[in-house]
Amino acid sequence: MNIPKFNAAALSIEARGLARNYGDLVAVDQIDLAVNRGEVFGFLGPNGAGKSTTVRMLTGYIPPTSGTISIAGHNLLSRPSAARRHLGVVPEEANVYADLTVWQNVMLMAELHGISKERRTQNGQYLLGLFGLAQRARQKGRQLSKGLRQRLMLCMALVSDPDILFLDEPTSGLDVASSRLIREVIASMNRSRGMTVFLTTHNIEEADELCHRVAIINKGRIAAIDTPQALRATVQSRRSVEVRFPNDRTPPPALLDFGAGTETVQLARGFRVFGAEPGRIAQELANRATAGGFRIEHISTLEPSLEEVFMHIVSRGTSIAPGQSNA
Amino acid sequence: MLEKRRYAEAFLWQGRAAFVVAKKNVMIYYLKPPVITFGVIFPLFFYLAFAAGHAGPPEAMVPGIMSMALFFTASAVGPLVTPWERQAKTYERLVTSPASLSAILAGDVLAGMLFGTLLSLLPLAIGLSATDAGVVSAPRLMIGVVLGAFAFSGLGVLLSAPASDTPSQVMMLSNLVRLPIIFVSGVFIPLAQMPAWGRWLAPLSPLSYSADLIRVGFGETGYFSFWADVAALSGFTVVFLWAAHLLHRRTRDRAL
Repeated sequence: MNIPKFNAAALSIEARGLARNYGDLVAVDQIDLAVNRGEVFGFLGPNGAGKSTTVRMLTGYIPPTSGTISIAGHNLLSRPSAARRHLGVVPEEANVYADLTVWQNVMLMAELHGISKERRTQNGQYLLGLFGLAQRARQKGRQLSKGLRQRLMLCMALVSDPDILFLDEPTSGLDVASSRLIREVIASMNRSRGMTVFLTTHNIEEADELCHRVAIINKGRIAAIDTPQALRATVQSRRSVEVRFPNDRTPPPALLDFGAGTETVQLARGFRVFGAEPGRIAQELANRATAGGFRIEHISTLEPSLEEVFMHIVSRGTSIAPGQSNA
Repeated sequence: MLEKRRYAEAFLWQGRAAFVVAKKNVMIYYLKPPVITFGVIFPLFFYLAFAAGHAGPPEAMVPGIMSMALFFTASAVGPLVTPWERQAKTYERLVTSPASLSAILAGDVLAGMLFGTLLSLLPLAIGLSATDAGVVSAPRLMIGVVLGAFAFSGLGVLLSAPASDTPSQVMMLSNLVRLPIIFVSGVFIPLAQMPAWGRWLAPLSPLSYSADLIRVGFGETGYFSFWADVAALSGFTVVFLWAAHLLHRRTRDRAL
């Protein structure tokens, strides 16, 4: 039987003018997304921004009100089955079948993807070993802890060797060890197999660590889409200088006052001065300290964290186009 | 030609997916002792409670009990599978697998049909061994059982369409629909002996046609012609499956 081929030239995921309304509520408002093959793409947004609705449309669970979706070169709306054969999905709040064993759960998903018996047995054994579930193959789903269930759900999503993996909050509520294992496996699968990963997460650090590009959705619209580094660079006002004085000494306010467009925040140890030109601020601060007889213990310039970029965009409702700066 | 081949391949692929879904349903939902016990015991006592007030030889009760068991078992679990999956949060992953909605529903119907057919053999075996009942036309009996099982299972899957993740709510709706179907079906009283209003309503119940074929299988006179029974059961099955597909597609995201 012929499995629909992955169109190598095509984008892994392409959505154009994607919208979804629930009555009068516009959950997702005409968004465009293009995810390249082999890319780890982060999808961030506050609660209710439209993340899960978007993922549910991209995986074919709910139809869009308007727009087009292409998965591995297949039109998801006209040929859903062919498109979904390229997908592995770990939905948000999903669960394993509690009355099936670990092994049966994995085999069920492999069979639904039409994987041959030999290949699914081989893949299943490999994945259970990789996720530390080999000793629990005969345990029922209901006997697993939340972390182990999440590992099993990843096994179920990966057993068909998908070209594209959708992960909706994969490490939410998990212990550190399980979260780290899952992140390592995702990164490894992406590197070794060129698997495209569409990652929805609230964990900004996770997105920063794993993703080649991230999109931030707010109020149903894409507010920003770029590499984490580029996004950090765009929000210039959140660039900063961190300074610490010996014995946590507090300098006179004038030393840390750099006028309009800057903001000084006291930290547990030291101070942080936010401004668009951290180099100039650092230099000026050092000059002032020298002139005032203040010794500086530590000074460094910092780019904004992805979390700060996220908060900046979400709280101000701004949007950033690639390459555009937003002071 | 290439397009035809592609459709044929897709059809075969989805057929296999339906079989996988049916296997999953049997493993998870059907092979539970309470389901089996309830499927056999409930219709048996339901029928006996009615038959206690009516004189008649025990063998006369066998077709009715068998029809009841078939109806109850084939339509019992179907209404609950989707709400159970929604409640257990396994539904979204199933729907986002390559199995189409048609394949998922066909799998649900197939599981119910197999379960109903197999469990209806139990009252048949008991009836044949413990009473003077005898099968006169095995083909008609089996056609009545299999086509009936398809129609009742299709009804069960149709009843699972409401956008609910609370099985008890769907169970109430299910009983609200299934009990009237039993009472107007001629299971308790042969259709020819029913009052006029009963004979008017009987054609609306798919159980009437299945019970009619089963009675003919046991040597009784049919109320409808053989082909009318077959056509009606096939028609009910098609309508139930079409409506189930339409409603499941509409209600899929309303339960989010």
